[in-house]
Amino acid sequence: MTDKFKVNIDGQELEVPKAYTLMQACEEAGAEIPRFCYHERLSVAGNCRMCLVEWEGAPKPIASCAQIVGDLRPNRDGSPPVIRTKGAYVEKARNGVMEFLLINHPLDCPICDQGGECDLQDQAVAYGRATSRYDENKRAVEDKYMGPLVKTIMTRCIQCTRCVRFVAEVAGVEEIGMISRGETAEITTYLEKSLTSELSGNVIDLCPVGALTSKPYAFNARPWELRETSSVDVMDAMGAAIRLDAKGDAVMRILPETNEEINEEWLSDKSRFVWDGLARQRLDRPYVRKDGKLLPVTWPEALEATKEALSAGPDQIGVVAGDLIEVEQAKAALDFFRGLGVKNTDCRPAGAQYGADGVRERYILNPTLMGVEETGALLLVGTNPRVEAAVWNARIRKAWLWGDLKVAVIGEAVDLTYPYEHFGTSPDALNSEAAAAFLKGARKPMIVVGEAAACRPDGAAILAAAQKLAQYSGAIAEGWAGFGMLHTAAGRVGALDAGFVPADGGKATGDILGGSLKTVVLLGADEVDLSALGAAKVVYVGSHGDAGASRADIVLPSAAYSEMSATYVNTEGRVQMSTRAVQPKGEAREGWAIFRALSALFGTPLPYDTADELRGVLRGRAGENTVFSGRGYAPGAKGVSALMSGPAAPAGGPGREPFKRAVSDFYLTNPIARASRTMAECSALATSLDTAVAAE
Amino acid sequence: MALRRFDIEAGGHSFAFKPETEEKIAFWRGKYPADKQRSAVIPLLWLAQKDNGGWLSEPAMRVVADMLEMPYIRVYEVATFYTMFRLQPVGKFHIQLCGTTPCQLRGAESLKEVCTREIGKAMYVTDDQRLSWEEVECLGACTNAPMAQINDDYFEDLTAESLGQIISRLRNGADVTPGPQVDRVNSAPEGGTSVLSDPKLFDGSRNSLSALPNLPKPPGPATPEATGQPAADAPTNTKREEPSSKDIKS
Amino acid sequence: MLQDKDRIFTNLYGMYSPELDAARKRGAWHLTKEMLDLGPDWLCDQIKASGLRGRGGAGFPTGLKWTFMPKEVRDRPHYLVVNADESEPGTCKDREIMRHDPHLLIEGCMVASRAMRAHKCYVYIRGEYIAERHALEKAVKEAYEARLIGQNNLNGWDFDLYVHHGAGAYICGEETALLESLEGKKGQPRLKPPFPANAGLYGCPTTVNNVESIAVVPTILRRGAQWFAGFGRPNNSGTKLFCISGHVNKPCNVEEEMSVTFRELIETHCGGIRGGWDNLKAVIPGGSSVPMVPAEQIMDAYMDFDTLRDLKSGLGTAAVIVMDKQTDLIKAIARLAYFYKHESCGQCTPCREGTGWMWRVMERMVRGEATHDEIDTLLDVTKQVEGHTICALGDAAAWPIQGLIRHFRHEIEERINRYRAPRAFVQGATVAAE
Repeated sequence: MTDKFKVNIDGQELEVPKAYTLMQACEEAGAEIPRFCYHERLSVAGNCRMCLVEWEGAPKPIASCAQIVGDLRPNRDGSPPVIRTKGAYVEKARNGVMEFLLINHPLDCPICDQGGECDLQDQAVAYGRATSRYDENKRAVEDKYMGPLVKTIMTRCIQCTRCVRFVAEVAGVEEIGMISRGETAEITTYLEKSLTSELSGNVIDLCPVGALTSKPYAFNARPWELRETSSVDVMDAMGAAIRLDAKGDAVMRILPETNEEINEEWLSDKSRFVWDGLARQRLDRPYVRKDGKLLPVTWPEALEATKEALSAGPDQIGVVAGDLIEVEQAKAALDFFRGLGVKNTDCRPAGAQYGADGVRERYILNPTLMGVEETGALLLVGTNPRVEAAVWNARIRKAWLWGDLKVAVIGEAVDLTYPYEHFGTSPDALNSEAAAAFLKGARKPMIVVGEAAACRPDGAAILAAAQKLAQYSGAIAEGWAGFGMLHTAAGRVGALDAGFVPADGGKATGDILGGSLKTVVLLGADEVDLSALGAAKVVYVGSHGDAGASRADIVLPSAAYSEMSATYVNTEGRVQMSTRAVQPKGEAREGWAIFRALSALFGTPLPYDTADELRGVLRGRAGENTVFSGRGYAPGAKGVSALMSGPAAPAGGPGREPFKRAVSDFYLTNPIARASRTMAECSALATSLDTAVAAE
Repeated sequence: MALRRFDIEAGGHSFAFKPETEEKIAFWRGKYPADKQRSAVIPLLWLAQKDNGGWLSEPAMRVVADMLEMPYIRVYEVATFYTMFRLQPVGKFHIQLCGTTPCQLRGAESLKEVCTREIGKAMYVTDDQRLSWEEVECLGACTNAPMAQINDDYFEDLTAESLGQIISRLRNGADVTPGPQVDRVNSAPEGGTSVLSDPKLFDGSRNSLSALPNLPKPPGPATPEATGQPAADAPTNTKREEPSSKDIKS
Repeated sequence: MLQDKDRIFTNLYGMYSPELDAARKRGAWHLTKEMLDLGPDWLCDQIKASGLRGRGGAGFPTGLKWTFMPKEVRDRPHYLVVNADESEPGTCKDREIMRHDPHLLIEGCMVASRAMRAHKCYVYIRGEYIAERHALEKAVKEAYEARLIGQNNLNGWDFDLYVHHGAGAYICGEETALLESLEGKKGQPRLKPPFPANAGLYGCPTTVNNVESIAVVPTILRRGAQWFAGFGRPNNSGTKLFCISGHVNKPCNVEEEMSVTFRELIETHCGGIRGGWDNLKAVIPGGSSVPMVPAEQIMDAYMDFDTLRDLKSGLGTAAVIVMDKQTDLIKAIARLAYFYKHESCGQCTPCREGTGWMWRVMERMVRGEATHDEIDTLLDVTKQVEGHTICALGDAAAWPIQGLIRHFRHEIEERINRYRAPRAFVQGATVAAE
């Protein structure tokens, strides 16, 4: 039995896999098939009936999205079945469907945010009639409340149920449904409650018409006015592919782009709706504190003040890099401070027990994000991917739902949108027989340790035990490196790759911030505890007025992620480049350039004058540095040899202290998000829901 | 069908099944595999509606959803899809008057007028909470048209007069008798039928057959019963002619 | 006329007790074990030989349908699901079986399950049939108590029968919508393939049969396939329950042989047409979904699948809706259009949008408030719905209107003309004359 099948499409004979849908086969034959309800990443609904094609001999046209090619029958004489995607018969069917879709669709395209990028609009041009034959009143449907992100104009809805299927299948929260029936069928959440999914914004992209649109973006711009820039998201450590749409100097919206290896085509609500935070709470000029107050100054004044603050002597200086730091800034800062002889540099949270030994494979997600689709058993240790990497969580769910993935958790028992075995809340479960039995024998087992799990006193023991378990259970084997860390910060892996850890004898984050140093430099470090800094003079380099800036004595404004072309390395160790979409705010400068300027002031200029030159240094000579040698680099299974030997296990082993959450509020994990009104609204809503549950 | 929405206000905040309903819930749940308990959603919603005075309130729907561990939206879809779930209060006696063509042909429209006159507009509940009515689609008793379902019972072969009497009896708390309201037995023709009068049909004569006809060929020595012969009593009519095309007027 | 001795449903009118003892006296549960022992192949062959065609409307050969089930039970159990969601306007036959002859149905379920290697059967009964459900539940209990069904029963084939009910949705009579509903979801038809025989209830191999199709099976096996095949014209065999409603003198349900003529059916059982045969205008011969047939074509037509198909209509469920010359046909069909709009599940575009459109135009045509062009537009809309939907409800909504326009277009036109005639003719003229 062959798994190929011959079909004749529009006179062209071709052989396609039997499992193909007829729509796929038609597309392979070069035919364009219109559709509304069909979506590659959702189950087939077959309800819009737009994709009808003719199968010669069949009594009626067939929905090509729902027809499996292998289910077609050859003709009596054995010749392949004849499919026609064009011609009067098909045109008539499609025109009919289009007419039905339009009779109750409002003619409000001029005031519809979907206008210009609307499937219905586009296809109506191709299949619609010039005039309407429908003389009755059009239907009006009440708008539904779906929360602060999704705006609804339900009269426009064509009941394709993409949103229903998305939240049920991909997001894993059954919150949208189609109630009632017939022509009064309506899409709604249960009693118009707010959506709680952290992926809810994707329904806006999925909606083929203007029924579900972006509430924060409402009436802000028309698509043809926008400047589109492909870039990389920094709201978590996945590095999702995004498109920044800007008008003038403002980012108007953020949309996902397709990157099969990272985010498929989804985006978390934080990544999508954080854009209003890019315009608020901005540090748009340098400040220096005088008489207890931060006063605006010029750049030369600010740099001069910084130079003075850095005169304390290398042992009295500490530098902490924050979560969003780009590789260029980390590299320039590190070069500059090492030049001054500073050893106290760190990019990790306080108490971190990883990343200092220089073995890259021990701090990245070796099996890759896509790896969950290959593995048969995934053990999550001290991590909640639903809030730490929301889109990846959807991929785990996909592997569970459509594949045979089994998941187990050591850590807090939260709702991950898929079922899992729970081996306990504390790290000592890593040594349990249950954990070993769960992984052993499974196809390509996979262990993922959350970053927070490695930032506690027994962190090193946890990592060692997890890696040992991986070695023992077959997760580390020829061609499969099933052990890795899931980070929460977009800048972390890149900074580690740049070597942004304490030099020999240097202090780590906890000690730098412990009050013993005279000068502390914060590179966008707002998530760390600044309460013990004591009398230290603080220089803050960053884009937003948040915790760091308010403690600072000198503020040097830097560009946000939308304002520079910069390098980020995601949790898999994948090197990616963002692209500047708008100019840096006010007088803000790119981070690396600030240190280039400082170095000049110190009379020891860094050996690069442009970002490109800096990246040239990062790449090094051919063969010298594999990490930054090219974009897209992620070692994946190549890292397996480095994992064959584990780190020395510290005495004591993993403890019994339960894991704590890495992310307490999904919507407010960084200064940009905290500046966003939309995120504040989402956070308040989520908190109120949590409290309500707790109170019950 | 009209928009369907819960009457949130009338539904209050809570609902509990009556204690005696628990047994019925267990009976229904027992019909479905343990991992397919969702199948019981319609029967359970129906029981909830019964225990809630003939209509389904939002809290009652949630109780069923929690019981079957179903997301609320999925139960909400079911409750709004099926028209027997009434999402707003109804009278103690709720009249569902069939208005589809077979009943319409035999006078359902005059029955609608009776209901409107005696009770009010559709879904209005009388001040004494006793009566309400609505027009429904075919109830599947078309040979006894026109008809109406009042709570659980079918009242058939109605006339404006007989429906008026039934309504007034219900209003006054008097008994009413379901079934045909004219001289006929169920769906037999009015005034009696000539068929099904042979006493042999009912006295066990049909059980005289000792073996099935058409047994498979080689089950041993051929017996009269097993030779593939049809029943001894030949069919009524095996000689019906093939119609020729001219028999069918076109 | 079918003779009493050849009637399968001997308690059709509920003149006698539906209980087990009485049912046994009428012949139910006789030689059941022997049938079951003969196994699936024999059972399927016999039903095929009997020529039994599905009684739920489509008329697909029942025995053939059974053979679509997998030949052996693998990891998924087989199910028989009986469609007792009798909702097609005009149809009320299964109701009589369930409340008056439930044991014939239960026995049939068991035999059919054996033929399909199923040990479990669900009977999906429409929610409104509450008394019928209770009657059936009672009979099931009797059968369990008599150990006729259940685990380790006297008949030697483990068999559980469960009664399930709906809650008011015509679409659940469509077999895949019925399965969705039985799984606790909205009754929205599924895409086919996969067909239920491959993936039906709970994803398991399933066959959905009509109540009448199943209930006649044991009697066919007892009397012999040839006996059943002897009734009716070739390819249209058997006896059939007819439901005659509308403008006859005495509407009733009755079991008759297939291919009885319309005239004989009405004269023998229904006391003739109201106002005499000259007063007959049109007949919907198979439930609301089939197009109407005008009087002169139906009067002497055979009531069977093929004849009515040739008349561009269908036998459907054999629900005969008779309309005399006093009938406002446009209004009657408009009411059906409302029915289909009301019952559309809303899943797919042509039906969701088309049924409402068709109904609204029909309502205007009842008043004559339309133009002549709109008749063609309406016809075109019905064609745009027909054949373009997931299930057959779209077709069912389109056909009655097509039938009306095909045969009585002139009536619609006349009504439009009357509406468009100068109003003065009615009112103003007299005023002006004064």
